[in-house]
Amino acid sequence: MRKLIVATLVALAVAASFAAAATTDTRLTLVAYSTPREAYAKIIPAFQATPAGKDVSFSQSYGSSGEQARAVRAGLKADVVALSLGPDVDYLVDAGLVDPKWDRQSYRGIVTSSVVVFVVRDGNPKKIFGWNDLLKPGVEVITPNPFTSGGARWNVMAAYGAWRKQGRSDRQAQENLLRLFENVSVQDKSARESLQTFAAGKGDVLLAYENEALFARSKGQNLQFLVPRSTILIENPVAVLRDSPNRGTANAFLRFLRSPVAQRIFADSGYRPVLKSVAAEYASRFPARPGLFTIDQLGLGGWDTVQKRFFDPKSGIMARIERQVGGSTE
Amino acid sequence: MRRLGLRIVALLYLAALLVGPLSLVFWRAFETGVGPAWDAVTNDAALHAFKLTILIALVAVPANTIFGVVAALAIVRRPFRGKGLVNAIVDLPLALSPVVVGLALFLLYGREGWFAGLPVQVLFALPSMILATIFVSLPFVVREVVPVLREIGTEQEQAAATLGASGLQIFRRITFPAIRWAVAYGVVLTTARSLGEYGAVAVVSGRLVGETETATLHVEERFQAFDLVGAYASSVVLALLAIAVLLSMSLLKPKEGIS
Amino acid sequence: MPAASRARAGIPLSLGVVLAYLTAVVALPLAALTWRATREGATGFWESVTTPDGMAALKLTLAASLGVALVNAVVGTLIAWVLVRDDFRGKGVVNALIDLPFALPTIVAGLTLLALYGPQSPVGVNVAYTRTSIVLAMLFVTLPFVVRTVQPVLLELDRELEEAAASLGASELQIFRRVVFPNLLPGILSGVALAFAKAVGEFGSVVIITGNLPFETQVSAVYIFGQLESNNVAGAAAASVVLLAISFGILLAIGGARRHVTRHDHA
Repeated sequence: MRKLIVATLVALAVAASFAAAATTDTRLTLVAYSTPREAYAKIIPAFQATPAGKDVSFSQSYGSSGEQARAVRAGLKADVVALSLGPDVDYLVDAGLVDPKWDRQSYRGIVTSSVVVFVVRDGNPKKIFGWNDLLKPGVEVITPNPFTSGGARWNVMAAYGAWRKQGRSDRQAQENLLRLFENVSVQDKSARESLQTFAAGKGDVLLAYENEALFARSKGQNLQFLVPRSTILIENPVAVLRDSPNRGTANAFLRFLRSPVAQRIFADSGYRPVLKSVAAEYASRFPARPGLFTIDQLGLGGWDTVQKRFFDPKSGIMARIERQVGGSTE
Repeated sequence: MRRLGLRIVALLYLAALLVGPLSLVFWRAFETGVGPAWDAVTNDAALHAFKLTILIALVAVPANTIFGVVAALAIVRRPFRGKGLVNAIVDLPLALSPVVVGLALFLLYGREGWFAGLPVQVLFALPSMILATIFVSLPFVVREVVPVLREIGTEQEQAAATLGASGLQIFRRITFPAIRWAVAYGVVLTTARSLGEYGAVAVVSGRLVGETETATLHVEERFQAFDLVGAYASSVVLALLAIAVLLSMSLLKPKEGIS
Repeated sequence: MPAASRARAGIPLSLGVVLAYLTAVVALPLAALTWRATREGATGFWESVTTPDGMAALKLTLAASLGVALVNAVVGTLIAWVLVRDDFRGKGVVNALIDLPFALPTIVAGLTLLALYGPQSPVGVNVAYTRTSIVLAMLFVTLPFVVRTVQPVLLELDRELEEAAASLGASELQIFRRVVFPNLLPGILSGVALAFAKAVGEFGSVVIITGNLPFETQVSAVYIFGQLESNNVAGAAAASVVLLAISFGILLAIGGARRHVTRHDHA
């Protein structure tokens, strides 16, 4: 009995010392989506080598974009959030955690870009080159679930936008989305997980971020990918939290993220840099595509409109499609 | 002949379901050599994850042990109104999905929850992970001690009381020695459950790298990062811990078991 | 007897401690969960619960869990029989192994199954991302339950009855059906209920090996997790309350069955 009490006290003491050890100099907490983990692992030490970053220590958390936004809203203390897409930051604006003007600053709050690509099997046996090829019968498409994954929402809008760009009407493009999702065999929670699934051998084509595909290749996965002619420019936002006690340092970190040093690290990790000078350096690595569009073009209306129209969990177009797809497979 | 047939079916089932998969994980962990596997479990992130898991267990197990003995005594020795409900609540963690446990804690301690404004950070920090682990490993000591307490009866305790022993003396000299092995077995079960918890902790941890990633979350994270050797190597460590737990269970198990 | 009453006086205090602990650890979080689920009223709750994919997940989960429980009833009894009535070298090791799924973290269980029965399977068996994989994961984590509830009963069983039946000319099957099985039934039921409860809520092992495809391979625990991640807290809470109610119901059933099961030999 006595031993139990002693053990408990020891445990509590250890826990207390853990907590104490955590309070050093300035500590920035970065809450990010899953894919840039390796990039930030290099960027943070680079920041710490600058005068602005001296004596700054970092806590980092990575997970799917929606999950991270929810966590921050529910109380996960953060100074900087780096998420997959604008609406996830807007979710925090709604909760009063981020300044509504976050996307009015330089670069509209964006820190990196990428594009939606097709990851295919060696030799592309199913001959998938364009969005219409994804609709062919017998083609298994892998994409995350748009209601949990920011990456999936980029995929959906890339598909829809590409068909609109090809001249399809809104109704036809929605029809195609339905047919596309009828070919989807697995919907993981996050972009990283669907990359996992594809790499493990499931599916004929994966809709993914270009930087994810490059990451997988760098980790020895034998993957081939192609950038379709029409595809969407993925823009990943970063924002500082309003109630961060270290706003000055956090903003300095944000500025650093758009410095040539950080942008080159991002580029080496497979992200398209937003800094024009660095983008020019890496032009050969990141081919420009004639049919590239953004979420604000093609009459899509930007994320505010798109989020409501397509991804409202009850009335959105994708909610309807998910239900229809589920219904027809039962 | 029938006996042999049954035996073969049983062994084949166990081989296909248990032994096969586990052996493969051991194999895959060391496929690229002992070096990479060793590095995978001794790097900072991995070490911290294991330490965190053990720390959480070091709090959860004693707490549930003390609770377990006290609760068993209350349930058996002093029937009270609502005993059935208490019994059911104690057993509830056995039947509850870990995700539900995590969600419940999230709703209680989150920013929009009842206990939102506490001075100590609970959610997305160590306290909620400890609470989640205590929740899921709650029943074991109680369940092991209650039947034994029932069995041994109160005669000896009453005799000691008539001889003038105090409550504490009775407990130390008579009750506890009788339930000692049940408590030990319950502690082993509680420890196993605490070390292996994943679902509830996945919801409440916040996944702060090097801070709130337990061993199980670390395994998942390595798997997500295409570091299969890392994932399998950490799994091997957890599996070895599990086997150590199994051995303790075998040694401590009361009369149940093989003839 | 002053000392005895002093001993008993300690009990209300310990009872208070027990109730406080249970409230803080179990009851309060579950109360918060129930409150959140019912915050939008009965209609809101019903709407959240009866979403098409939520219902599909629930149906799939219940069906798979029931199937798994029944398989365990048969195989678990068989394994218990072999462990009690048979003898062979290494039986002690096999007996200890039964508890492995209990001691192993669920996510490691999922990884081990994925390694052997997934896309990189060395034996060419790939059931990952199918409904079969759900059953596989559930079978793994529920293995110990029926075995461990049947074993003690088998141990205590008086062989004389069986021998008597045999001497009267009954076949082995008849002996099993008429003499042994009725005695094992309470133990089997108890184990089945536990296995069912575990399977219904299983998360860690399932989430690795299935594909989270709504309506196809998504179980309730994964559905709840997904709802939470897409910020539909009300939906997650509502579905959780349903699972909670099912678990509670199973517990009551176990409680009833357990009263029939002898736990230890009497001294």
